[in-house]
Amino acid sequence: MLVLSRKVNEVIQIADNIEIRILEVKGDTVRIGIEAPKSIEILRGELVQSITETNQEALTIDMDLLKQLMKKE
Amino acid sequence: MRIETKFHATIEIDSADKWCFPKGIPGFENETDFVLLPIEGSDSLQVLQSTKQQEVAFIVANPYTLVTDYTFELDYATIDLLEISQPEEIMVLGILSMKQPYHQSTINLQAPLIFQVRNKKAKQMILNDPRFTVRHPLDKGGN
Repeated sequence: MLVLSRKVNEVIQIADNIEIRILEVKGDTVRIGIEAPKSIEILRGELVQSITETNQEALTIDMDLLKQLMKKE
Repeated sequence: MRIETKFHATIEIDSADKWCFPKGIPGFENETDFVLLPIEGSDSLQVLQSTKQQEVAFIVANPYTLVTDYTFELDYATIDLLEISQPEEIMVLGILSMKQPYHQSTINLQAPLIFQVRNKKAKQMILNDPRFTVRHPLDKGGN
C-alpha cells in the first residue's frame, strides 16, 4: 500500500482525472473531497462490506421454507 | 448449454438467456454469468442462478410488488456500465434473505439488481440513501 502524509487543503492526484483533497481534520474525523468522472463509483467501504455480507447471508436458503412458499402461492 | 443449478437440478439453458454482470456481485466478484429461473408455483419469486457455481443462487423478487414508495435514481456509473439510454430498458429486482417463518424474510432495498433488458447486462447498484436498508421486512405490504 502506498502511504502519503497530507495537510489540510493538500491534494492527491490519481491518474489524470481523480483528485482527492483533504478538507478538514477534526479529532478522529477527516473530511475528504473527491473530484472524479461521474462514471467512477465512489462508496463508503463499510456500505460495500454490508452489501457483501447480506449477499453471502442470502445464499443460505431454507429449502423447507421454499417448498412451503411454492405450495402457498 | 447445460448448467448445474441449486434448485432446478441440471438444466439446459439458451445462452441468449444469460445475464452478464461485468463486475460480478459484491462478495461474488468472479460470478459474471447468471440466469433467471422461475420458481414453480410462485408468481413473485425467481432464482438468480450463477451459470458456473451451482451453490451461488439467490432468491429475487420485484421490489415494487413487496414494498410501497420505492424510488431511487440510477447513478451515472450504472448507466455507463449498463449502457442505459431509455428508462424502458431496465428491470429492477431485489435479493431476498429468506427466513423461517416467511414473514421474517427481508429484501435488500439498498442494493437493487439493475438489469438492462436490451443488452442483457446487469449490476447490483449500491444506493447511498439512508432511507433504504439491506434488510427491509417483507411483511410490510405485498404478500
